[in-house]
Amino acid sequence: MKLVVNGKPVEVAVPEDTPLLWVLREELDLPGTKFGCGRALCGACTVHVDGAPKRSCVTPVGDVADKQVVTIEGLAPDPATLHPVQQAWIEENAPQCGYCQAGQIMTAVALLRAKPEPTDADIDAAMSANLCRCGTYPRIRRAVHSAARAIKAGGGDRG
Amino acid sequence: MKPVWILPVVAVVGVVGALAFAEAPAADRAAAGKRAFATVASVLQSPRCRNCHPAGDAPLQGDRGVPHAMNISRATVAAGVPCTACHQERNSEAIGIPGGPPGAPHWGLPPAKTPMTFEGRSAGALCEQLKDPARNGNRTLPALLEHVTHDPLVLWGWNPGGKRTTPPVPHAAFVEAFGTWVASGGACP
Repeated sequence: MKLVVNGKPVEVAVPEDTPLLWVLREELDLPGTKFGCGRALCGACTVHVDGAPKRSCVTPVGDVADKQVVTIEGLAPDPATLHPVQQAWIEENAPQCGYCQAGQIMTAVALLRAKPEPTDADIDAAMSANLCRCGTYPRIRRAVHSAARAIKAGGGDRG
Repeated sequence: MKPVWILPVVAVVGVVGALAFAEAPAADRAAAGKRAFATVASVLQSPRCRNCHPAGDAPLQGDRGVPHAMNISRATVAAGVPCTACHQERNSEAIGIPGGPPGAPHWGLPPAKTPMTFEGRSAGALCEQLKDPARNGNRTLPALLEHVTHDPLVLWGWNPGGKRTTPPVPHAAFVEAFGTWVASGGACP
């Protein structure tokens, strides 16, 4: 089966109903996307498919054949430069244990594409289904606002 | 010699009779349409249909119709997270993940501008809304019939998986009732 992951064509030999998460982590050695609940309830496994957020733990890999899959590893424009959302996450100390953060960041990027200057209500609407057991939601909210300012100032978002 | 009044009387009786003949089937069709819509309404207001046609902006869950967990609403979709982030093209148990989200093609809410509310509407209000192009996405009655007959998201309601209940009548009976309603020109109770 042919996929395009982080801009690169790849081919994997797995059943089409294999969850995308396991293809990313175990076949393609991209462990940045995390297994949380395994039922699309927590958001830790969020990736982008054709630019939209997707819970990879319940997405059959056959459904994303020939689509553009982007994981946390492919978010930055190049290995030396973080995505503005990643940078904001560091500057605002958003993570505590960090386990959920890859999913949080992928959802935040989708939010900022839809709402470049989100309100707190927009952030809550987009991010409420990404759970953080450390409860760093206030810092996540600050980081989203900070990233919005950075992108507006020219920080870029590769898409 | 026949009285001169006979011809006009025969003519009037004939015209009235013809009119009555022409109108009777239409009246019958309307009555049948109204009766059929009761079946249609019972389906639209069942949990499998109602939950994604809520009165507010939040979809509902379960047979009790509680608001969707995790603060999900049309605002979530507008903020970049579509329903299809979690709801895939089939139920999650179909790929060995029981307890995950249900799924069918193009899972989602009606648009905010045409929300096509089923929750809490009387049969009459449902009927008027359903056939109003300004509120139904500019669909004709035959297009609505096509939608309820073939749309895979509609069909999912009769094969929802898990312990989910199905609408009160079989899909074929629903389509038959819907067709009767369409043939009546959309007669409303």
